[in-house]
Amino acid sequence: MPLSDQTLTRAEELIARYPQPRSALLPILFLLQAEDGYVSPAGVAQAAQLLGLTKAEVGAVATFYTMFRRRPVGKYLVSVCKTLPCQLRGSRDISEAMVRRLDVPLGGTDESGMVTVEEVECLAACDGAPVVQVNTENYERLSEEEALELLEALLRDEVPPPTFAADGSVTEPSTAALHWRLAGLGDPPAAYGGTSAAAPEAPGDAGPAPDPGDRS
Amino acid sequence: MTDQVKVLTSRWGDNRAHEIDHFGELDGYASLDAAFEKSPEDLVQLVKDAGLRGRGGAGFPTGMKWGFLAKGTGKPTYLVVNADESEPGTFKDMELLERDPHALVEGVIVSSYAIGCRNAFIYLRGECGWPGRRLQAAIDAAYDKGLLGRDIKGSGFDLDVVLHRGAGAYICGEETALLSSLEGQRGQPKLRPPFPAVEGLYRAPTTVNNVETVATVPWIIRKGVDWFRSMGSEKSPGPKLFSVSGDVVNPGNFEFPLGVPAREVILGAAGGLRDGKTLKAWTPGGSSTPMLTADHLDTPMDFEGITAAGSLLGTAAVMVFSEDVCMVRACLNFTEFYAHESCGKCTPCREGTDWMRKILGRLETGQGRPDDMDTLKDICDSIFGRSFCALGDGATSPVVSALKFFRDEFDEHVSGGGCPFPGARVTVAAH
Repeated sequence: MPLSDQTLTRAEELIARYPQPRSALLPILFLLQAEDGYVSPAGVAQAAQLLGLTKAEVGAVATFYTMFRRRPVGKYLVSVCKTLPCQLRGSRDISEAMVRRLDVPLGGTDESGMVTVEEVECLAACDGAPVVQVNTENYERLSEEEALELLEALLRDEVPPPTFAADGSVTEPSTAALHWRLAGLGDPPAAYGGTSAAAPEAPGDAGPAPDPGDRS
Repeated sequence: MTDQVKVLTSRWGDNRAHEIDHFGELDGYASLDAAFEKSPEDLVQLVKDAGLRGRGGAGFPTGMKWGFLAKGTGKPTYLVVNADESEPGTFKDMELLERDPHALVEGVIVSSYAIGCRNAFIYLRGECGWPGRRLQAAIDAAYDKGLLGRDIKGSGFDLDVVLHRGAGAYICGEETALLSSLEGQRGQPKLRPPFPAVEGLYRAPTTVNNVETVATVPWIIRKGVDWFRSMGSEKSPGPKLFSVSGDVVNPGNFEFPLGVPAREVILGAAGGLRDGKTLKAWTPGGSSTPMLTADHLDTPMDFEGITAAGSLLGTAAVMVFSEDVCMVRACLNFTEFYAHESCGKCTPCREGTDWMRKILGRLETGQGRPDDMDTLKDICDSIFGRSFCALGDGATSPVVSALKFFRDEFDEHVSGGGCPFPGARVTVAAH
């Protein structure tokens, strides 16, 4: 199963947060994505088991939302806004230059598995156009050259500070860390490049796992 | 001349406003004591008297929305904050959460007290990392200080707040779709009635309010109805955030009293057109509101004024387009957005937006036909008022308004065998 015993207890924590268990489905899909890099068929099955749903019900939800992925993404997800205020300031030039550099189509991942480049719709930061995100942190008002420098840094596994934290205090170190945070579990574990003291221990160190079938 | 005001933006210049102790020094959480001295009913009446209207687009009176919440159902009452800000051109809620996240938490506490909510949810876009960090940190700090949780400030009032992240779907800004999503379903709108006030989250009485709306409530409690009504007009009182983007010198959020003339927002606060260009068109409230032109610059930017000019105030997201912007290309860009974001539930919107995208694409690339403009109008007629939710109506706004003001440009795309503007390739999708 995709979720380790240790992470399963965090999934239970998410379920307990809501008046009705099914509300934890989106958070659990993010958690599965943190572990697997995408929402895998095994992940769908595990989410269904955890929440007492059918695999079809979970799959219907997972395929509705663009942030749930059906194939693995790179360590760094670069999202270039394609909506008009950003395009008026050159965002299409940026996305085209990036896919040329990586030699992949839009949505593709470079050979090393480090960077995925996609175009996305409005990111609610139009005063910073053109907006580029790395793992949902904003890099605003970049020229095409600056955007390519950002890409080169990511390919070297370096994350330059985003616009709102010029001191570098805030970055999202990996897509796994991002998806962990989006699940609502706070700072990601060290295994994902995060700093959380509550990091899951290595598999095998965990105590007995709760039986997912026990949920009433 | 209308001066900018500093209400919701009053702490934005202070780069420590997000720290809870410093927020307290800036009169943050001051509305809690004032609120707990009053009865919930009195607070609802106060918000009704202030005339606060929802800042998420529809402009429905907030106090009235709260008043509709079903009583005595034996079910909990829920407050759900709509922080799914995704309307193209809109970036006010995210900046508020980045700069002053406790302002929302404070608003959630007093609003929840007013409507008798013990479990509030904030539905925040998944794509916005920095606002998310700031807001989660603010919620955690409020718990640590006893401002959330059990018996808040000795009032006997309990409140839990959960930050719930969306996963990439514009439609979840529509309140019934948002509630479906929060329930772990596909984010598709539901038929109303029943309205969420009667059957919302988990079929319990629910109010869904925008971030800016909720963040405005503490100010009304602290400063009163007369102060609030000293700004704006009789029907559209109070301060409002205006997001200005596009071809202006100084894009950004600006806070004005409602009713400020568009001229002062676009040519004043935002510094006018960049590179000495001239104004061609602008949206008053995001891409879902019909575009207006330079002839409409004296329109007062409130719900009534913009409606009288033939558009809608929406989210007050002012996207400004210069003479260099091709209207066919602008419509294509927005239509790609709607075609992508249509949830697929109803046929007019799902099929119509895709047909519009195809027709606009062929006009832009020189494959247009003389009757394409009539076909576009026809499709818009078949979507507007005939789709399940407002997404469909919104999808027709750019196209209908562009055909109204810039029909010649569409014709030129056909007669000239393509786009007469330079850089045509830039916005024709490469995928």
